[in-house]
Amino acid sequence: MSDEKPKNNRVAPPSFLRRYGSQLGIIGVGLVMWLGFVIAAPTVFTNTFIYVAFAQTTPQFGIIALALTFVVITGEIDLSFPSIMALGTAIFCIGVTHGLVWPVALLLGLATGAACGWVNGFLVSWLNIPSLVITIGTSFLFRGLELVIMNGTGVPLTADMYPGLHALLRESYFGVPVQTLWMLALLGLTWLLLNRTRFGAHVFLVGDNPTSARLMGIDAVSVKTRAFMLTGVIAVFCGLMTSVYGYYFWPTTGDGFLLNTIASVFLGGTSVFGGTGSVIGSFVASYIIGAINAGIVSAGINAFYTQLCFGLVIVISVVLQTIIDRKIRRQSITGR
Amino acid sequence: MAEASPRPGETPVIELRNVSKTFGEVRSLSDINFAVYPGEIVGLLGDNGAGKSTLVKTVMGFHKPDAGGDVFFKGEKIDDWSVARARGLGIETVYQERALCEKQPIWRNMFMGREPRTAWGLLDVKKMREESARLMSEHMGFTSAAVHPDNVVTTMSGGEKQGVAITRALYFDAQLVILDEPTMGLSLTETKKTLDFVSNIKKAGKSAIFIDHNIFHVYPVVDRLYVLDRGKVAGVYDKSEISMEELIDRLYRVARTGTLE
Repeated sequence: MSDEKPKNNRVAPPSFLRRYGSQLGIIGVGLVMWLGFVIAAPTVFTNTFIYVAFAQTTPQFGIIALALTFVVITGEIDLSFPSIMALGTAIFCIGVTHGLVWPVALLLGLATGAACGWVNGFLVSWLNIPSLVITIGTSFLFRGLELVIMNGTGVPLTADMYPGLHALLRESYFGVPVQTLWMLALLGLTWLLLNRTRFGAHVFLVGDNPTSARLMGIDAVSVKTRAFMLTGVIAVFCGLMTSVYGYYFWPTTGDGFLLNTIASVFLGGTSVFGGTGSVIGSFVASYIIGAINAGIVSAGINAFYTQLCFGLVIVISVVLQTIIDRKIRRQSITGR
Repeated sequence: MAEASPRPGETPVIELRNVSKTFGEVRSLSDINFAVYPGEIVGLLGDNGAGKSTLVKTVMGFHKPDAGGDVFFKGEKIDDWSVARARGLGIETVYQERALCEKQPIWRNMFMGREPRTAWGLLDVKKMREESARLMSEHMGFTSAAVHPDNVVTTMSGGEKQGVAITRALYFDAQLVILDEPTMGLSLTETKKTLDFVSNIKKAGKSAIFIDHNIFHVYPVVDRLYVLDRGKVAGVYDKSEISMEELIDRLYRVARTGTLE
């Protein structure tokens, strides 16, 4: 092409701040909130019990946040995962109460999650329906189905009945709650999936510009569908983890999971516009959200403040992301 | 009109037979017969809405032709034509809209859709970064201080973005390179570089389809010309048959009346 090659066009990579600025900023906001709690309730937040407690409870939604990150990077959202948690766990319970051994019932439950995710993915990507709308619909659908088949009743899941399941999802090993060990293992797996596989690469590309991705031969329908299926399977896993933690499957399982999970994804720096995001961000953010959650309750602050905090976290993180994004693109702040 | 085979006995790299493409009520292409031979540069001319981009996207497998139309690659009829298939067979396109993902780093754009993997089946990110850096300095001649494989595309200039799109098409050793309005929005030097690039394709023994509004860009580099009008092939010319002045004259006529003669 050009006859004269420039002698030295080795240039510096983008600065650390530019690459991770949005994530650092958002995590900074979370840390400031957490420091606020430490100052407000020092006796609670210097005690290790609180940290053990949220090492057990945070992964219940944090693991879903890892999977939901994929869906958000593709530029979509899944609001139906709390219902998938319940429906998949219900299928598990029906399995074990009808004499299946628990590992088989577990597989059935996870398969239910995959099927629900497929339905979401198909409707969103193949029929091009906005995910914000259709997953509200499927959310009622899956929840309704679960309530109908369970007839609104719960199922006990005690340690005497299912020692294996409790060893898998509730015990502590080396002093670390197994929930957090699972979260660490799944962080590794989802990081590999997102950053070191073609599927992960395509998740970024489809979320960034679906038309470009299609022009270069990427099957956007399949990529989005697989992202939704991943979320579905992981949601059922967490539904079971949550139920085993409480020794009981409640037909309302999943209620209250929506806000903290979505807050974790956005706080973690995954862009609401699609195309950028990280599972490490979602991981760290989940624990920050967990700290807020546990903190408000145990510091004796009125639990109404929880919603206020989550609201602040979501609004501030999305606003910051937008501003930083426009700064990088050298656009005006309002985008006009 | 130089219809029929311009090169008797030779098999076209790509051939469309009786291809039509309808979008709802709109017929964008009707009964197109189109072929590109090895080592040949084919120009595609036509007014806005003549169907140039639709034709390109059909050649690429992005659009599926209506029933009755067939796509042949090296003489072989291919039914499950898709972008992935076309790229697998060595057809690359520099799209008018560039087909970049602008929030992603250069290396992700460079290998979009055919990311190299290690023996473990995982992405070879190191190779993607290194190859992108090499291509950028060897082929794209980047001097701008803003370019590094990890830079996101959105921070680059129009010419630099086009450089990424062109390098991406060339790098994968394509048999046939399609350039859809590659000079649009480029500076004079960038345009010159792009036109040199088109001539180099021919020197390397490969084929190209070159689409441009500007006949002064197209005429000098091509061997054969297709004139499209309202979704139909209005004429096919060997460059030896027609001077630039005649061609311009005919293009005006076709735009006004719909016929070339």
